[in-house]
Amino acid sequence: MGLAAESQFHVLAVDDSIIDRKLIERLLKTSSYQVTTVDSGSKALEFLGLCENDETNPNTPSVFPNNHQEVEVNLVITDYCMPGMTGYDLLKKIKESSSLKNIPVVIMSSENVPSRINRCLEEGAEEFFLKPVRLSDLSRLKPHMKKTKLKHQKQETEQKFENSEIIQNDQKQTPKSQIQHSETESQSQTQLQAHSTIDQQQQSLQQGNNNKRKNMEQGLSSDTDRTRPRYSGIATVV
Amino acid sequence: MLGFGADLLWADMNRLLAFLFHQGVLDEQFLQLQQLQDHTSPNFVSEVVNIYFHESEKLLNNLRSLLMEREFSDYKKIEIHLNQFIGSSSSIGAKRVTSVCIAFRAASEQDNRAGCLRALEMLEHEYCYLKNKLHELFQIEQQRALAAGVRYPMQHQ
Repeated sequence: MGLAAESQFHVLAVDDSIIDRKLIERLLKTSSYQVTTVDSGSKALEFLGLCENDETNPNTPSVFPNNHQEVEVNLVITDYCMPGMTGYDLLKKIKESSSLKNIPVVIMSSENVPSRINRCLEEGAEEFFLKPVRLSDLSRLKPHMKKTKLKHQKQETEQKFENSEIIQNDQKQTPKSQIQHSETESQSQTQLQAHSTIDQQQQSLQQGNNNKRKNMEQGLSSDTDRTRPRYSGIATVV
Repeated sequence: MLGFGADLLWADMNRLLAFLFHQGVLDEQFLQLQQLQDHTSPNFVSEVVNIYFHESEKLLNNLRSLLMEREFSDYKKIEIHLNQFIGSSSSIGAKRVTSVCIAFRAASEQDNRAGCLRALEMLEHEYCYLKNKLHELFQIEQQRALAAGVRYPMQHQ
């Protein structure tokens, strides 16, 4: 199969307090998220801009022009009051970055200041949590992460479609066929359209025809969850 | 017999916890910490609390040094330390310590040195009390774990 399907969401937690870092890490792990913690906004930005390559899928074909952030972070949760770069500053920087702006950001603060909350929400924060953060607060995170992951997958698959040649419409569906992806292969595959399901998936997105794989296009169906395959290279049709 | 001992210790632990809640020394956040402890992270509470002790003692030392300075005037610095102390104390559910810190901060905001010194004394007292009680709690818990653990091998003899 080759695709290391991501079954977990990865959260980057930012807080200058060591106690709060320990707490948020435990809260997130208990909620089954992968966690990275850093103690400052600048370290967070460093981490977000860090790796050049998609570490979960070495077979990623061409570089997707918009996707510079490859250590996939599905959400950033940050304290508001931090020395140096505040959580608000970090939020702004993320939203101003073309590669990072789609990452959902959540702000935490021990102080309930309405003007502060509004400012953060206006700047694009998805949620504002009052500290101490509870386990029940974290249930509000998943919808934001799922929404972004779906958008991400759609963008990638549409890119893939644009990158490969346009192929004839073929309605025949082959169950359990695997798609070997690379640009040259998809071109030679055009000669064997009878069973090339890669085009079907791409076309189903483009054309919205009645297709078994329509759930991909429709988004949040009941089985869209972390175990849904990422269409970033190799996809398995079931 | 030993199993019986473990149960008694469990009762002791709960009695102490109930007492601490009743006195306002601890609040619900401490329960949240306990809920985060499980077989995958069996020492979570004591780990966090030990970090808290370590950090708090540094903060208390800094606060005392600052206020004892002959030419003391840096209330801003006091407030920075207090904000940290308030944050960490409320994160572990140390309710009384948090309240005293907040009162301390108010005195600092008024540039009230005498008030700050009084608040510092109270803070040190509350912190000591909390530390002793939490140590007691952890001790009972350890004894209980031992008592409960020893019981099972004995049954095989």
